[in-house]
Amino acid sequence: MKAVQLPVVHATPPDGADLRIDPALAQRWLTNFLRDEMIRRRSKNVAIVGVSGGVDSAVVAYLCADALGAENVYGVRMPYRTSSSESFEHGGRVIKATGIHDLVVDISDAVDGYLQYESDASPTRRGNVMARQRTIVLFDQSAKYDGLPVGTGNKSERMLGYFTWHADDSPPINPIGDLFKTQVWELARHLGIPNEIIEKPATADLIRGQTDEGDLGISYLRADRILNRILQGYRAEDIVASGFDRAEVEIVTRRVNATHWKRHLPTTAMISTTAINEYYLRPVDY
Amino acid sequence: MSLRPEKDRLLTNVATVMKKRKVARSAAKRTSHSLAAKSRRTAARARTVGIVPHPSANGIRKRGSQRQTVSLALVQFAPRKGDVNANLERIEQVFSALRHDKEGFPSVVVFPEASLSGYFVEGGVREVALTAQATLKRLSKAAQKACGPNHSPFDVVLGFYEDDGGKLYNSALYASLGAHPVLRHVHRKLFLPTYGVFDEERFVTRGRTIEAFDTLHGRAAILICEDACHSIAVTVAALRGAQILYIPSASPGRGLEDAEPANVRMWRDIMRVAAAEHGIFIVYAGLVGFEGGKGFTGASRLMGPFGDLRVEAPFDGAAIVRTTISLADVNIARAALPALGDLESNLSELTTMFDEEVANRPARPKARPRA
Repeated sequence: MKAVQLPVVHATPPDGADLRIDPALAQRWLTNFLRDEMIRRRSKNVAIVGVSGGVDSAVVAYLCADALGAENVYGVRMPYRTSSSESFEHGGRVIKATGIHDLVVDISDAVDGYLQYESDASPTRRGNVMARQRTIVLFDQSAKYDGLPVGTGNKSERMLGYFTWHADDSPPINPIGDLFKTQVWELARHLGIPNEIIEKPATADLIRGQTDEGDLGISYLRADRILNRILQGYRAEDIVASGFDRAEVEIVTRRVNATHWKRHLPTTAMISTTAINEYYLRPVDY
Repeated sequence: MSLRPEKDRLLTNVATVMKKRKVARSAAKRTSHSLAAKSRRTAARARTVGIVPHPSANGIRKRGSQRQTVSLALVQFAPRKGDVNANLERIEQVFSALRHDKEGFPSVVVFPEASLSGYFVEGGVREVALTAQATLKRLSKAAQKACGPNHSPFDVVLGFYEDDGGKLYNSALYASLGAHPVLRHVHRKLFLPTYGVFDEERFVTRGRTIEAFDTLHGRAAILICEDACHSIAVTVAALRGAQILYIPSASPGRGLEDAEPANVRMWRDIMRVAAAEHGIFIVYAGLVGFEGGKGFTGASRLMGPFGDLRVEAPFDGAAIVRTTISLADVNIARAALPALGDLESNLSELTTMFDEEVANRPARPKARPRA
């Protein structure tokens, strides 16, 4: 009797670390978000975007121009005297390509006005002062143009706590805060942002020669996949067992666990049964 | 298509329903002892899965007077957060737009969940909640302003936060508006999502029942959003005779890995299977717009009783979807795929299984004194 050959169908288990997005849908979703949160909810149609020359702010500038019209978006470049000239030039390319207003506010005098009394300030402290000074500029320009500062922090930075508290995270709305860095890159390619902006090493540009991945000790490509698994509820040992390097998992886990406070408002002593955001709960748009 | 006032009055308000139920209960007491005992046993089994024996869920069965063709309008819009008056004005504008629509005014206008306030209101629910009767009154006023004081009757399904003597619910009402506005049914959401982005049970109380009720446009039931994600809830509605299931919803979009948000696909799949299994029309109306960064996916749609998608609105943007259904399709679908009939045949065995499952569950821990 002839043996019957049955077809065998193989299936690959889904990869829990899948970070795929449909960039066209993401663009549609995020421009809807900007229009809705700015115009319908807050009656503001002017966006103020700090344009650093990096991919995150480039994506936000493109999205704001798409959502609100270029004439309603101000791209603000805020160099410090040690900032990279390449960053400044890349920021200019973004502003030119999108057609948004070009504002340049040099923060050197403002920053040095304070730091001249703090000559022993560490590079981290100096970087934080610059980041907070840029926030002052963005909020003040918003008041000037009756607009809203729009945030440019991505999910990877937020989860790793790689930002200055009450600076990068302070704008009232942020279209890319739930996108990992690798997803921002994907969206940037879809939006037509120049490759050299997407592919250059990400940097906060607070200290000369600084790169994100140098500071973090892990590439975004790997950190994002680990972060995604952590957010899905996998434990560190599960992630290592699925093929990730233990040292890298520990880097990411340590940073996430050490920075929960940065993703919250200040801790307030509760003494009543009407404590704000504990008992008295109203949503941000109420 | 208009309803005659006398027919309108025949369809009763909630108070009359309660009265009729009382009469029905009295009649039941007069039956023989053995029949009553059997009935009690059946009822005990049925209650285990939330099914109460009925011939008349809301006191009337008037199939003969029901219209076989029903014109529907599914409305998706973004309410102004916490502003009940502004949202009633939007509803009035919708009525006005429908009044001038070339298809004529629909038989039933369906609005999403939490239409009077927006969905994420947290502790603000106590400030935006209305009684069902107050909501009926406000809706009636909006209809009269939009369509004139003597407008032709039409029905409305609308999600709102309900205040019932300080108890707060996520509810949806079915009302007939016209010369004699009637509240036909209020459904209180049973399955309150309290996970992830949701925190409903912190702010509102669970509903307890799923009922079907007669309207001039078919026997209907309402489930709110997550209620309908539980297939057994749809089953209860269908067993109680619903031909049309209305689902006011507020579904925050998430999952952008494909060409449409993942939750839109999920809802379409849920509705397709539920409609086909039960041979029931499913009418879904979803909120749109962003609330605190969470964007709702409208995708208001009509699923036919064969599991056939009849129409679907875009997932973003306000829209009114007009469509017409024939209730005859329900019978055709149930005859072609008699799954509901099969279920009824096995209901006794299933309820026994539910009884056993409930009996085998660990007892709930006794309440401990508060710390």
